[in-house]
Amino acid sequence: MMTRAEIALVWRLFRSDAEHNRKRIALTILAIAWGTLSIVLLLSFGEGLKRAFHKTKRGLGESIGILWPGATTRAHMGLPSGRTISFTDEDAGILKARIPEIAALSREYAVRRGITHGAKTVNARIRGVDPEFGPMRNVIPRAGGRFVNERDLLEKRRVIFLGDELATDLFGREDPVGRTVLVNQSAFLVVGVMQPKAMMGMYSGPDKGQASIPATTFKAVYTDVRIGNMVYRPVTPEAGDVAKAQIYRVLASKYHFDPEDERALGVWDTREDQRLVDNIALGIQMFLGIIGALTLFVGGMGVANIMYAVVKERTREIGVKMALGAKVRQIMAPFVLEALLMTVIGGVLGTLVSLGAIAVIAALPLEGEAFAFLGRPTFSPGVAFATATVLGAIGTLAGYFPARRAAAVNPAVSLRYE
Amino acid sequence: MIRMTGIRKVYATGRVEVEALRGVDLHIGANEYVAVVGPSGSGKSTLMNVIGCLDTPTSGEYVLSGDAVAGLDRNRLAEIRNRHIGFVFQNFNLLPYATALENVELPLLFGGVPTRERSERAAEMLARVGLADRIDHRPTELSGGQMQRVAIARALVNRPAIVLADEPTGNLDSGSGHAIVELFAELHAAGQTIVMITHDAGIAKVATRVVQIRDGQIVDDRRAAA
Ligand SMILES: Nc1ncnc2c1ncn2[C@@H]1O[C@H](COP(=O)(O)OP(=O)(O)OP(=O)(O)O)[C@@H](O)[C@H]1O
Ligand SMILES: [Mg+2]
Repeated sequence: MMTRAEIALVWRLFRSDAEHNRKRIALTILAIAWGTLSIVLLLSFGEGLKRAFHKTKRGLGESIGILWPGATTRAHMGLPSGRTISFTDEDAGILKARIPEIAALSREYAVRRGITHGAKTVNARIRGVDPEFGPMRNVIPRAGGRFVNERDLLEKRRVIFLGDELATDLFGREDPVGRTVLVNQSAFLVVGVMQPKAMMGMYSGPDKGQASIPATTFKAVYTDVRIGNMVYRPVTPEAGDVAKAQIYRVLASKYHFDPEDERALGVWDTREDQRLVDNIALGIQMFLGIIGALTLFVGGMGVANIMYAVVKERTREIGVKMALGAKVRQIMAPFVLEALLMTVIGGVLGTLVSLGAIAVIAALPLEGEAFAFLGRPTFSPGVAFATATVLGAIGTLAGYFPARRAAAVNPAVSLRYE
Repeated sequence: MIRMTGIRKVYATGRVEVEALRGVDLHIGANEYVAVVGPSGSGKSTLMNVIGCLDTPTSGEYVLSGDAVAGLDRNRLAEIRNRHIGFVFQNFNLLPYATALENVELPLLFGGVPTRERSERAAEMLARVGLADRIDHRPTELSGGQMQRVAIARALVNRPAIVLADEPTGNLDSGSGHAIVELFAELHAAGQTIVMITHDAGIAKVATRVVQIRDGQIVDDRRAAA
């Protein structure tokens, strides 16, 4: 391996080269710094985007399943195909009781009705749900309020929980908690308002525009509306597949359809979405990384160019070293090291500048939904590692090819002339 | 020590072929001091490069210290140069950015000698050529004669079987040149085998043997009556 003495010599070599080609080396280091800047910023942007994706994904609820009734597509036990299935309250109880893989489950009834406060009426989706719905779907009350609870359910209370946008539409800047709204001429007490959240996946519009009331109250008011869907959470994300299979099994035996008949029920496992979103985020990050790497590659070409010139300048010295018994590796190593050194100097410079830029962006008061989705550039160990790897690879390559030319020098020829 | 038979070296430059060596037979034994003389372009440096394994002959057989050199790869040749050959050039060929000590350490560095031993041996060698007080000087801070002494120390530091010198006094004034010639004489007296290309009739007299080359052939090979 390289000894300390060799490395010290390479450092001095670099300094003497830097003196000879001051402008060129400065420009090349600048190019590397620029490339590093772009790769770090792009990767950090990708990282921020990925994190924002995760956040908005959490807006729907993590690792939950959403279950709809469907229609059979196969005849089973003497019953025809094309039969529509519909859920009852009893089903929710059966699923919860019989399937240990289900940790929580909520019914979701829904209608669209006008909600009135004073002179204002807003048409909104009103859903009848169980208390578990809130935490599962990340519908979290803002301070000073609460979600639908067990007592509301038991006593069929006329209470309502508003999405944040809906609350603003009805109440403006006033606090709605403790006030009443009218739904179909009957008064509902507002018990909570949702915390704002970014939300990406959705099956019925964003939560900010919806209202929730206890499922029991809902049934009492809208007697002829059936359960639209159920939301459940498996005990662990990995148990999702088992839970889904169990749901088919249990409901198939109750409603007499073939458990293999996929269309009899609709199940949306958000884990699949999460996987998709993760892959998209990774794809975007790789794309940005490749663009950054290409920019850096241009800088690498500059380094290689300088190293070719340096090899040419040092032909005689290479011949001398060969005469003194330097092996191929010993001829090549200093050139590779010098190229790496140049790359690392540029890389450190570029990284420092980009860290500064990221800090500045983080300090900017940027608000709004777009930023919730885009996120902010975030420097992470992953970004650092990727950048270092690309820099190292480019530096090594930029040194390797000129070094090979050095190793190909014919010592007899290089020592011939003054 | 050196046993060359029928060595030919042909350079093909473009359309013209130059036959720099045309059938050289040369045996050199231990502790000989051989002066190689001849007109410019006669093939002296070419012969030196072949002896020093810097260049391979087009044909012919070359045995160095009992080993045939033909067909060895670059790394093996480098190893042979490192162990068995010490080069001294007309224009010194020191690394300009390295100190005298570091220049002398180079062959030891390439030979994989550990750091401590390396600097000790290099310093010892510099003392032997009379430069104990110039160890940390850069080549630009040395006179021509001193630079050539550093180069000689570098050639000797790995205790080579043969020192090859190509007009070592060619770039020196007569005073320093003379001192270098004396240094070579001392080395020879201490048992060193030396092959030296020279135009200087005075040096040729000091040598134990004078080989004359003309048009790539040895035309005269004379041993001094010792
Ligand atoms: N690499 C080369 N390519 C082509 N021709 C070469 C090469 N090296 C040497 N020659 C030719 O070979 C011949 C011998 O050259 P060489 O350098 O050995 O002469 P020399 O005796 O050392 O001369 P001088 O006293 O001027 O140094 C010359 O004609 C020279 O032009
Ligand atoms: Mg010559």
